[in-house]
Amino acid sequence: MKKSLPILSLFLMSLSFIGKAQDNAGLKLPAGFKASLFADKIGSARHIAITKSGVVFAKLNNPNKEGNSIVRLEDANNDGVAEKINGLAKYGGTGIYVKGNSLYASSNEAIFKYDLNSKDEVVNPLTPLTIVSGLIDRREHNSKSITLDMANNIYVNIGAYSNACQEKNRMPGSQGMKPCPILDSAGGIWKFDANKENQTYQDGKRYATGLRNVIGLDWNTQTNQLYVAQHGRDQLNSFYPSLYTDAQNAELPAETFYAINEGDNAGWPYVYYDPIQHKKIVSPEYGGDGTKEGAAEFKDPAVAFPAHMAPMGVLFYTGDQFPAKYKNGAFISFHGSWNRAPLPQEGFFVAFVPFKEGKATGEWEIFANGFAGMEEGVKVTNTAKAKARPCGLALGPDGSIYVSDDTKGAIFKISYVK
Amino acid sequence: MGNQAGFLYRIGCVSTMMIFCALSVQAQNLINGKKIYETRCLVCHQSDGGGVPNMNPPLDGSTNVNGKDIPRLVKIIQNGYDERVELDGQYYNNAMTAMPDLKEAAIADVLSYIRNNWSNKAGLVSVADVKKAMIKNKNNK
Repeated sequence: MKKSLPILSLFLMSLSFIGKAQDNAGLKLPAGFKASLFADKIGSARHIAITKSGVVFAKLNNPNKEGNSIVRLEDANNDGVAEKINGLAKYGGTGIYVKGNSLYASSNEAIFKYDLNSKDEVVNPLTPLTIVSGLIDRREHNSKSITLDMANNIYVNIGAYSNACQEKNRMPGSQGMKPCPILDSAGGIWKFDANKENQTYQDGKRYATGLRNVIGLDWNTQTNQLYVAQHGRDQLNSFYPSLYTDAQNAELPAETFYAINEGDNAGWPYVYYDPIQHKKIVSPEYGGDGTKEGAAEFKDPAVAFPAHMAPMGVLFYTGDQFPAKYKNGAFISFHGSWNRAPLPQEGFFVAFVPFKEGKATGEWEIFANGFAGMEEGVKVTNTAKAKARPCGLALGPDGSIYVSDDTKGAIFKISYVK
Repeated sequence: MGNQAGFLYRIGCVSTMMIFCALSVQAQNLINGKKIYETRCLVCHQSDGGGVPNMNPPLDGSTNVNGKDIPRLVKIIQNGYDERVELDGQYYNNAMTAMPDLKEAAIADVLSYIRNNWSNKAGLVSVADVKKAMIKNKNNK
């Protein structure tokens, strides 16, 4: 009995430890917030969209075990966990968006539109309308994210199939092409009519250019403006070891968040944004030396984040559940870096960007952390070891936000409970 | 009898030394391979050889890396890689940088290293293997 007591207390202690670790589905949140694991292992879940009744649609990068690449998740008993899960569509992709009774989804080269019935079920899973097709997919940066404005236009990112528009991609010493021919059909945001069938490049409009690869984007309905988050270029130290150390490469360039106006040019591949010098710097492929300042014509970011964290989702918070400071501010998910190696990786969290009078203040903070499943104070070294990587963001009808994970496909629901 | 024992003893000594020598040459190859890996490969394939999901394929546990097709591995290092193929059930999107400046010995060392690091346990690759692979790749062009 004397012997078993300490063993029993150890056992109870470990039980309470496990219980604590499972609180908030393993996430670390500001005081007053709680999280539940809404779904798990649904497949590589990229963006998510939610209907007025709270049905969640997730777009998978590749079809899951059941052969579906759009997963529909319903939490009918409202306990924070989806119990009715099914799916449709065979094509992998990233973009998904709900507008009224329409569900938009993208492959890596096209955008499709489905109809929802009064129960938010897809009426035509096998026969969607093709809204846009023929968008460039050359593997690198091929995902097509989508968002709609308030006038039924759909915006799609077309990522540059290149790191820095070199004559030979990712080849040491290869010069940057000027002008960069990729920008005619990629490296920007294109605008199409959200209701017109069978459009392609000539039916749309290049809305913004000089954006290497945007995955997170959202329409700010308060200011009626598009916001996008760009993935900055890689491998400054690998290709220019005389100009950049491993440590500098880990911090350069910034991941950038832009308030976009029609016709804007963010400067890729000619410049990158240096978050330490707080300015645009000429890319080494175009004669830069790490200090030469880029042309003023290129857009400055609204917020500059640390390098390589990979912004995947942007969501303006228009709900009423969270405290007032979050209203009309932006959440940005970062699924975590890889090319900070050999230094530790960064990201794997959801950040919050406060807005004042319709403008980003330039500040940001970590909102939800702990997705990677590392112990307190331990950083991810090898990206593939991260348990979950936050990607898609969406707002539920009750004002909760949902975060998807694009590794195995968890979905987290985050609510404010005071 | 004594003579025979001495003879056997000498043979034993010589062969131990030969094994020892071979082992230390191997060790040196793996050390060289590690250095090359860290400066050229680690950023994308990561220190645990696990790669990056959807972007850069893992080397640890990879059927190709552990396989017998040395010419294919040599070709990827020399020419880079930019094709969409399934690797152990997954697709990866990033293009790999070509490394035409790596010499035969360096290619042999880095291949030996990636085939015998992490959980990988495949045959070492010699300079002769690399030379043979290059001839084969040239003839198959």
